[in-house]
Amino acid sequence: MLNRPGLGELREMYRRMVLVRRLEEELGRLHREGRTRGPIHRCDGQEAVGIGATAALEREDLVTSTHRGHAHHVGKGVPLGPLVAEILGRATGSCGGRAGHMLVADPEVGLLGGCGIVGGMLPVAVGQALAFQVRGEPRVVCAFLGDGAAQIGAAHEAMNLAGLWRLPVVFLIEANGFGLTVPTAAQSAVNELAIRAAGYAMPGRTVDGNDVRAVFAAVAEAAARARRAEGPSLIEARTFRLEGFSTSDLGGYRDPAELAAWRARDPIARLRGELLPELGESALLALEGEAERELARALEAALAAPPPPAETLAAPEYASEAGARGETAGA
Amino acid sequence: MRELRYAEALREALQEEMRRDPAVLVFGEDVAAYGGVFKVTRDLLAEFGPARVRDTPIAEQAICGLAIGAAMMGLRPVAEIMYVDFLPLCLDQLVNQASVLPWIWNGRVRLPFVLRTQGGVGAGAAAQHSKSLEAWVAHVPGLKVVMPATPADAKGLLTAAIRDPDPVVFIEHKALYNTRGPVPEGEHLVPIGPAAVRRPGRDVTLVASSRMVLEALRAAELLAAEGIEAEVIDLRTLRPLDVGTLVASVRRTHRAVVVNEGWRFAGFGAELAATIAEEAFAWLDAPVQRLGAADRPIPYAEPMERASIPDAARIAAAARSCLG
Repeated sequence: MLNRPGLGELREMYRRMVLVRRLEEELGRLHREGRTRGPIHRCDGQEAVGIGATAALEREDLVTSTHRGHAHHVGKGVPLGPLVAEILGRATGSCGGRAGHMLVADPEVGLLGGCGIVGGMLPVAVGQALAFQVRGEPRVVCAFLGDGAAQIGAAHEAMNLAGLWRLPVVFLIEANGFGLTVPTAAQSAVNELAIRAAGYAMPGRTVDGNDVRAVFAAVAEAAARARRAEGPSLIEARTFRLEGFSTSDLGGYRDPAELAAWRARDPIARLRGELLPELGESALLALEGEAERELARALEAALAAPPPPAETLAAPEYASEAGARGETAGA
Repeated sequence: MRELRYAEALREALQEEMRRDPAVLVFGEDVAAYGGVFKVTRDLLAEFGPARVRDTPIAEQAICGLAIGAAMMGLRPVAEIMYVDFLPLCLDQLVNQASVLPWIWNGRVRLPFVLRTQGGVGAGAAAQHSKSLEAWVAHVPGLKVVMPATPADAKGLLTAAIRDPDPVVFIEHKALYNTRGPVPEGEHLVPIGPAAVRRPGRDVTLVASSRMVLEALRAAELLAAEGIEAEVIDLRTLRPLDVGTLVASVRRTHRAVVVNEGWRFAGFGAELAATIAEEAFAWLDAPVQRLGAADRPIPYAEPMERASIPDAARIAAAARSCLG
């Protein structure tokens, strides 16, 4: 794969970014209307990271996600209908409504998967990469984490092992400025998280996380390196969380000037501006309309779908009881 | 039948399964070149090579995560956590990921891995290397918890655990590694789940697991000399629990002593006593006696260490008190 996305790829990335933004906005609206359950972690403003990174991966590559994963899900190709249904806890969801938005997974497209524990999937990503290495498969795991997760012990253990064994992992930090409400500067001893790569014998670089081309290029390069069995990489994508830590956020801790500055650097508006001369206004409007209609269809279907009945709680505890139903991806 | 030590029986299971299935990997702290601190993985590196037998850093979260991720991708990892006391270091991986993902993802993945570890008192290893924490994992849906008491079960249950499609926490006992017993040669499977009646008896049921089975059998000998016939049940698997064997025995003997090497308060014995109360209350002639470790850290000094956990004499005394 070339490190520079072609126009067709950029067009598709733009459509997906718009789709994710509309999804987040609609989820915010549904939350305010009392039609969602529990907190939802929106990724408004961070779409270029998830969409740019996943566009640089192959279908057989894996993504481990976070609690703020909607751009990862859409980017990795989880069908939108089951994705939205899962976010809303419906029987038609990717995981039958058991997972909810933080734990979305879809083995068919290599999303394995979401996680509500900060940093919780990083050691798992290393294990997935070990399987690829042992079997000699040219597959890569892109492990998303936040700047908050970069502070947890599991991140250190996972990165050290990946570096030590030269495992095919791309650690991608979405540095969105906050761990919950606490700014990065109050959480990390270093400002630039990418420099930690040196401690794990892997290359580290910082990119503009609001520039989808930069994210794509960095991930494509890191994935190619991993595929050549040269080991892991660490990428820090600097971005900003435009909404709260979740729909439960009570606010009061952000600097309005900083927020305004980042709103002015919106990754979607930026890509739109770049594509305008190439595609023209009407084509962009058509793309946006397409994304909106696709989302509207998925939302409508999800809202009309039933939640899983309470009796499904009696589903077997173990795979050994469930017979041949469960399939392990990549086996 | 030829005899093996418990540790050799475990090693034989690993070796045979690694020969049978190239998806089986072994990794953990000091397991490769050194062969494991209890020598359970001795010589595996020489036979299977460094891709399949790996020393890891001292990093329990990574070890457990490796097992989960590799299993998710279709391998059958056997990871070693050197002491069960180190299990808390990877509980997030076990309790928030391994036990959760297969079910929460609606059966779309399987996690066929084994986390081997060992616990218990027996080597003067003090408070951070002598605990019994099986109740911590037996509490968690989605995990299976296995505790072999004999060399034959060590081989048969480990073989079954490696072939099992679910995450299995396999808890050995440091004071059992040198015990000897008959072990079948070649393929030997002991299914996960069923308990074993180690000694039949009609007067009282002694329920135990791991090394406490040996103490219960000694207690049964002491009681037999007094004309009391104790039945000894070896649970073998704590989760899923073989309620049927347990309850059938208590309904016959009308008395039960439950023995666990872990702490008594909120320990595994509490689950056993509650199960007996629910399923066999009308058959009981005496309150269930519950033995466990003293509710203190396991001390180093030998008399204190010895006093901190149940033994044959205390089990026999509890049985006598049931018989009034």
